[in-house]
Amino acid sequence: MSDKIRLEMTVNGQSHSADVEPRTLLVHFLRDDLGLTGTNVGCDTSSCGACTIHIDGESAKSCTMLAAQARGANITTIEGLAVSGELHPMQQAFMECHGLQCGYCTPGMVMAATSLLNENPKPSEHEVREGLEGNLCRCTGYHNIVKAVLSASGQSAQGGGA
Amino acid sequence: MIPATFDYLEVDSADAALAALAEHGDEAKLMAGGHSLIPLMKFRLATPAVVVDIGRISELSYIDDSGGHIAIGALTRHRALETSDLVKAQAPILAHVAGQVGDPAVRHRGTLGGSLAHGDPASDLPAALLALGGSVVVRGPSGEREIAASDFFTGFLETALAPDELMTEVRIPKVPNAKWSYQKFNRRAQDWAIVGVAAVLNGESRVALVNMGATPIQAGAVEAALAAGASIDEASAKAAEGTSPPEDLNGDAEYRAHLAQVLVKRALTEAS
Amino acid sequence: MTVVGTRKLRKEDPKLLTGEGKYVDDIHVPGELWMGMVRSTMAHARITGVDTSAAAAMDGVHAVYTGTELSEMGLWAAPLPCAWPVTEDMVNPPHYPAATDEAHHVGEIIAVVLADSRYGAADAAEEVVVDYEPLKAVASVAQARDGADTAHSEHSTNKAYTWALIPDPEALDSAFANAVHTVEADFVQQRLIPTAMEPRGVLAIPSPAGGEITLYSATQVPHILKVMIAATTGLPESKLRIIAPAVGGGFGAKLNVNPDELLAVTLANKLGRAVRWTETRSEAAFSTHQGRGQLQKIELAADSEGKLQGVRVHLDADMGAYMMLITPGVPLLGSFLYTGVYDVPAFGFTCDGYFTNLTPTDAYRGAGRPEASYAIERAMDLLANKIGVAPEEIRRRNYLAGGREFENLETASTLVFDSGNYTPNLDAALEMADMNALRAEQTRRREAGETKHLGIGLCTYVEICGLAPSRALAGLNYGAGGWEHAVVRFLPTGKVEVVSGSTPHGQGHETSWSMIVADKLGIDPDDVTVLHSDTAISPLGLDTYGSRSLSVGGVAIAMACDKVVDKAREIAAHQMEANPDDLDFAAGSFTVKGSPDKTLPIQAVAFGAFTAHNLPDGMEPNLQEQVSFDPPNFAFPFGTHVAVVEVDEDTGGVELIDYIAIDDCGTQVNPLIVEGQVHGGIVQGVAQALWEEASYDSDGNCRNPSLLDYLVPSAMEVPFMKLGSTVTPSTSNPLGVKGVGEAGTIGSAAAVINAVCDALRPYGIDDIEMPATPARVWRMIQAAKAAQNGEG
Repeated sequence: MSDKIRLEMTVNGQSHSADVEPRTLLVHFLRDDLGLTGTNVGCDTSSCGACTIHIDGESAKSCTMLAAQARGANITTIEGLAVSGELHPMQQAFMECHGLQCGYCTPGMVMAATSLLNENPKPSEHEVREGLEGNLCRCTGYHNIVKAVLSASGQSAQGGGA
Repeated sequence: MIPATFDYLEVDSADAALAALAEHGDEAKLMAGGHSLIPLMKFRLATPAVVVDIGRISELSYIDDSGGHIAIGALTRHRALETSDLVKAQAPILAHVAGQVGDPAVRHRGTLGGSLAHGDPASDLPAALLALGGSVVVRGPSGEREIAASDFFTGFLETALAPDELMTEVRIPKVPNAKWSYQKFNRRAQDWAIVGVAAVLNGESRVALVNMGATPIQAGAVEAALAAGASIDEASAKAAEGTSPPEDLNGDAEYRAHLAQVLVKRALTEAS
Repeated sequence: MTVVGTRKLRKEDPKLLTGEGKYVDDIHVPGELWMGMVRSTMAHARITGVDTSAAAAMDGVHAVYTGTELSEMGLWAAPLPCAWPVTEDMVNPPHYPAATDEAHHVGEIIAVVLADSRYGAADAAEEVVVDYEPLKAVASVAQARDGADTAHSEHSTNKAYTWALIPDPEALDSAFANAVHTVEADFVQQRLIPTAMEPRGVLAIPSPAGGEITLYSATQVPHILKVMIAATTGLPESKLRIIAPAVGGGFGAKLNVNPDELLAVTLANKLGRAVRWTETRSEAAFSTHQGRGQLQKIELAADSEGKLQGVRVHLDADMGAYMMLITPGVPLLGSFLYTGVYDVPAFGFTCDGYFTNLTPTDAYRGAGRPEASYAIERAMDLLANKIGVAPEEIRRRNYLAGGREFENLETASTLVFDSGNYTPNLDAALEMADMNALRAEQTRRREAGETKHLGIGLCTYVEICGLAPSRALAGLNYGAGGWEHAVVRFLPTGKVEVVSGSTPHGQGHETSWSMIVADKLGIDPDDVTVLHSDTAISPLGLDTYGSRSLSVGGVAIAMACDKVVDKAREIAAHQMEANPDDLDFAAGSFTVKGSPDKTLPIQAVAFGAFTAHNLPDGMEPNLQEQVSFDPPNFAFPFGTHVAVVEVDEDTGGVELIDYIAIDDCGTQVNPLIVEGQVHGGIVQGVAQALWEEASYDSDGNCRNPSLLDYLVPSAMEVPFMKLGSTVTPSTSNPLGVKGVGEAGTIGSAAAVINAVCDALRPYGIDDIEMPATPARVWRMIQAAKAAQNGEG
């Protein structure tokens, strides 16, 4: 077994330090070491995006990163999105548009969507779909997810009624 | 799906990376963004004893105007390429293709050098490099050398990069007025191309193919036909000449050969 | 104040949106051991040796057990259960959690490691060495039918059963003998990997001194699981507690009794330590059952006008390597629907089930019914083409009851459809789709010689949900009943708790049940808490599958509310010194008729029932009632779907550019949730039509177990959908509700393939196998062009 390495990083505004095996995937560090189980694992090939988090403000798939790669980084997970009990506008939009059912893809979907709006505050429907191309959902057919993201961007969903 | 154990070395300079390679030799594997390597390690298709993390060598992340060409640090992320005003102005196909890789989260982490060094024939960026006639700069124990894109991809997931060398820079000719097109055909947006075509028409015509052989390749027959004055129809009919397309669940070689013709025609039409 | 029928936002969402929802893999206990599965790498092989020594010697490894060792440990009293032995003589090879001497599919468990970490278990499983003596694999149902090789060495045939439903054989023969037009078609229902986004997982927590075992499982069926674990392990059922915590989708794939569940329970019990396992996505292609897997032959007999005279169907169904919980019955669930929404005088259905050396099949969204809908709706289009009428016209001519509204109508497949009204539903879909404009655009493109062809596909489906009554299920030899249980109780402070036997995994039951209760009791839906999915809290239930929750479980809750009101009325009357019959109950209060100022809120009655200070003589304290509802009949939702596709003849690419669905699920409790179910269901059916297939090589290896190659679509592949509804209340329950969980999937695959074929009609192409991949479409066009040139 290889030597453990020392990690320090900020997660949802709190600094953490831990000794981990070098092979520890970031998603497992967040879930199993820090207990932040909101970030989910839905595949093993970087395909589904359930593990999407923000690293220094940008979306990343935490199943395809070593925890070591996030040394010193500022990480936000779904648990860090709602501020003092108030849902983030994206979370609120997902709720109002019924953009979730089983909820498993939801944290990753919400993190991908907020990253998208950070980069493109008024995306078109097509740009929303492109922005979510790396996040799979099995329940919603994406209809209400796309509506939610458009709604969170202050736009109505053309063609997305019902 | 958990990687096997390894020792981890983070380096903060190109020299330190080279030193690590010199020390650990074949046992070591460089990791930039990790988006090619980590999936292989999770399936234990790659089991390096030492992972040398070069992802945070800041001196290798830049996009500079070097007069005749754009100099891009090997660790520049796809997202930076996609949004760079310099790249968009001087080599717009590269910015566009960078925006076609994987999905947004992948583009935030993946690097140009990592993608090129992986040498995957199904990747987007190698084709853009070939179509642009770019080159890569690599540094090793005996110094630095520049390798033309056309000499870089040597076999399936193999490149001219020696095991003790590090890619430091990618050089892209400025082609602000070139006509270009990138055609990517797949069944699902996030996936690799079943076949892709990058075309840059700038006096001479360069056409590169994605997923039409063991390596990223140029469509030599198409380029020759265009040079000889052939029409788009005539040239695109030669798209599959000299290729050996792979066969998988998305299509057999015959279908890919056909797709290459269709997509080359679309690329040349769009670029004309 | 009516809540039912409004688009109330879901009370489930805040937890799920903030990461607070706890799925199995989120729950940990001290000292837990991680299971790692050593799985067969061969589809069919004799296991000649298993060397566990290297794994057992690793740091952090607690134990390694081979299948033989597990067998000798006496952990189970019976094989894994099959609850639906469809015939008396059905072949059902014993299926234990781990193989001992012969492996029958890739991924079958051969040994189990127990380690103290997730990573340690993965490492140790890699170190177990298995020696195999390869046997010939049966890698497809067609190969199984040919029978040259057998999937189980001890069998002389792969056939597991033959099941037939031919109500009147003579009438059927006569229908075909006298037909003016006949259609005969063969369709392939490819295998699908269900892919709920949450992989399955288990955590079994023993109580070494007390003997209890708690199993957390990502399951749709905690109640069924409890019975089955007791039956297969011999552990006392009263010591078992099953909890389905937050469950990330099921789609049928989580309604089984799986090897991992039995291993976790028995090993935890044996070792006195918690045992857990979480499936990886690529492992799920082997560790979780798959869906579909049928070869279908359908024949239609029609008169000169295209009026159906008979429908004859034969299936060869791929069971996979073993019979899981309801594997053999899945094709039968569809058997009654091969006549669709049509008035068919004569009907015959036969099904042969075959074993293969592939992952077992079982229920997947729609379970038998999407297959049936696909076959009849594809065949109806073929019939329309044959007699030269539009797809909607052939359907109009054949709708049950002439397309007019009906109740309780017996069909040729022997079922009595509760209610239907098909023509208005079809008309609504045609109007929303603007069919005339679509056809005009299609013609324009054809005349202009464009290479992107427009295709418009129609499907009018019907489905069966809420399998009941229980005695009807007995007739099918189904091992369980069709009832559902509910408890409704007022707490002393006026809040209400509902205990539901249905077990949601994304459907929003907490919200919908609260709405039903709110209207029934005249209270705020936010004052209702729904308890479910834990057998210690909700001991009675038959769980959630087959779109049964609302039409059985939701109705049970409504009925329990009625009983609560009845009892409350007695108490209120006693306290108000009135005759119970003289009390009105509205908006949550009892009022004496004619004396509107004399009112008593039901919450006050509830508190009175709690203190029991002043109850009628002989009345038990507390305001709590329970109901086990066994519906008199199934419910039969229906609808019309229109798919619009663009087929690029140069690449073979098919793009879904529009989708219209008018569904009729009877009374809607929450249209927001109904639409969500339809959206997701549609895309799952579209995915079967265009993208998904579990592909196997001739040795029985799955070629695309991961999401890299198994193409679950993303937001980029689908458009916004246009939904509408008609409402034809069910006669099977007092709420008039049907079910909607599977409707989208049942309608959409046929609509999409009908659209693709419609686009390709100029080439004379009238069928394409699913999934309609670009390569497959391109090849068909090439072949058609060659044929046309040959003729020309």
